[in-house]
Amino acid sequence: MTTELQDPRIVEYDVRTDEMLVNMGPQHPSTHGVLRLLLRTDGEIVHEVTPHLGYLHRCAEKIGENLAPPQWVPYTDRMDYLAGMNMNLGMSLAVEKLVGMELSEKAQVIRVLIAELGRVASHLVGMGAYGLDLGTFSPFLWAFREREIVLDLFEEVCGARLTYSYITPGGATHDLPSSINLPPGLAALTNQSPDTTVSWTDALTQFLNWLEPRIEEYHTLLTRNQIFIKRTAGLGVLSPEMAKSFGCTGPVLRGSGVDWDLRRDGEEIYTGMYQGYDFDIPVAPFDAAPPEAVLGDNWCRFYVRMMEVVQSIRLVRQAIEKYATAEGNYRETFKLATKLPVDECYLETECPRGQMGFYLVGDGSSEPFRARAKSSCFCNLAVTSPLSEGFLLADIPAIVGSLDVVMGEIDR
Amino acid sequence: MTGAPDIQQALIEEFGNEAISGANLEAIDPWIEVAPGSIVAVSTFLRHDERFLFDHLNNLCGSDYLQPDPKKAKTFEHDPHVEVVYHLSSFTHKHRITLKVKLPRWVDDVEGQLPSCPSVVSVWAAADWHEREAYDLVGIRFTGHPNLRRILCPEDWEGHALRKDYEFPLEYHGIRGK
Repeated sequence: MTTELQDPRIVEYDVRTDEMLVNMGPQHPSTHGVLRLLLRTDGEIVHEVTPHLGYLHRCAEKIGENLAPPQWVPYTDRMDYLAGMNMNLGMSLAVEKLVGMELSEKAQVIRVLIAELGRVASHLVGMGAYGLDLGTFSPFLWAFREREIVLDLFEEVCGARLTYSYITPGGATHDLPSSINLPPGLAALTNQSPDTTVSWTDALTQFLNWLEPRIEEYHTLLTRNQIFIKRTAGLGVLSPEMAKSFGCTGPVLRGSGVDWDLRRDGEEIYTGMYQGYDFDIPVAPFDAAPPEAVLGDNWCRFYVRMMEVVQSIRLVRQAIEKYATAEGNYRETFKLATKLPVDECYLETECPRGQMGFYLVGDGSSEPFRARAKSSCFCNLAVTSPLSEGFLLADIPAIVGSLDVVMGEIDR
Repeated sequence: MTGAPDIQQALIEEFGNEAISGANLEAIDPWIEVAPGSIVAVSTFLRHDERFLFDHLNNLCGSDYLQPDPKKAKTFEHDPHVEVVYHLSSFTHKHRITLKVKLPRWVDDVEGQLPSCPSVVSVWAAADWHEREAYDLVGIRFTGHPNLRRILCPEDWEGHALRKDYEFPLEYHGIRGK
């Protein structure tokens, strides 16, 4: 009796399973909030992914059209709630561009310092949560231990830990505090008494000194971990052409090898803040990449974020130095009744997750006639379905996680 | 780097005055108005022409120009209309431009008859979700869009929230509004 196959396609057809629709989310832990993915699967293979958004939609744009810009600032906090400072900054700069306001050196230095520290905190969550998506718990705890200290420092500056509303049109709400108690987390980690009184910038410097050597530990824990590499390298490959066409920005774009960062390539009102600072823009491909990694895969996107943390620490250190000698007031008056000119402007800034844009149309009254917030994650998430097709079900969290989306910003 | 006047000049040479129906080069972000029928051709030209290479669609949104407040309406400078606004930039040349397409608020002034604008999904894939959002919130129909469904609001939502005369629903599936 022969068991030789006549035509392998016939057998393949016979054992083919039925397609199944699997609903992932909106309460799935690895969909980063309330994203719902509808997967059309054949066994373990995903044929189609349809993202369903809008679970956090509150029409922040409509709200913005009924409020004066300083009143809209708290709503921008709640867009990308992991990087509230950067959201505040983008919106405030757009308003300043519209009314033609110029800020003092001190206000600009404070903004660079706070925004870059916000980027560190945001990328720490991005890294920790990505580890969690892939099934390792430790990086998440480590990242939150570090982030806790950043939040303590932000709390000393503005009183809030998540929704800061600190950077407002005209500057910032407060100056950096001159003397604070050492944040308890930092005191415990550096074996100091929590009653120690230091200046805010000293506490920050101590934290950065402590954080910098830890980054190497994250690389050992994740970046060079064989299991992590197997789950990320060569998966979810996003070509540079596709990234550009889909309007991807931030680490997703740079992970695909496009050398573009608004801190260097943006509009003058934004790049002017970063003039005189020395920093690099990490762009894939990397020398440190494992042999399995290809340009634009999950690993590259993750590594761009890790490298950006190093650069942001550099920027914060330079900003601390500049702050000591910066002149001027930390804020200019921007009244609630300030009339917006009959004109319109659009400004994008480099937020941790990509380019967040604000489009404002003034009509001579104090409220903008049209307030539009263009989300970076909205574009980044749109590549999910082309990236995921043909991969295994278990790879979907790895691909979505590498895009590092925050649903608050997508749904607005 | 190419300035807005040069871009406008090149577009007029290529497409004529009827397609490039207006511009405001004095605005903070200069904009060029394009006739609805020409937007796909103009986009394709700007996307691929060596001098411009606008390969990044930063933002696409709709705005509703209607001033419902009678006090403010006296000083309001615009006739009622809706606009589709395209913010473009180029990775290669590092320049930016804004395009606008002006449409009537409703077709034939019949409330509920959404105006249509040709879709630019074939030029930039980013337009896909942004056009769905503009349809959802501002109520602009994009002809030629592969999948024009609501994206942020539920599919059975009524009205388009960013219209200036939008009225908040009093009831939605047993949930009381207002």
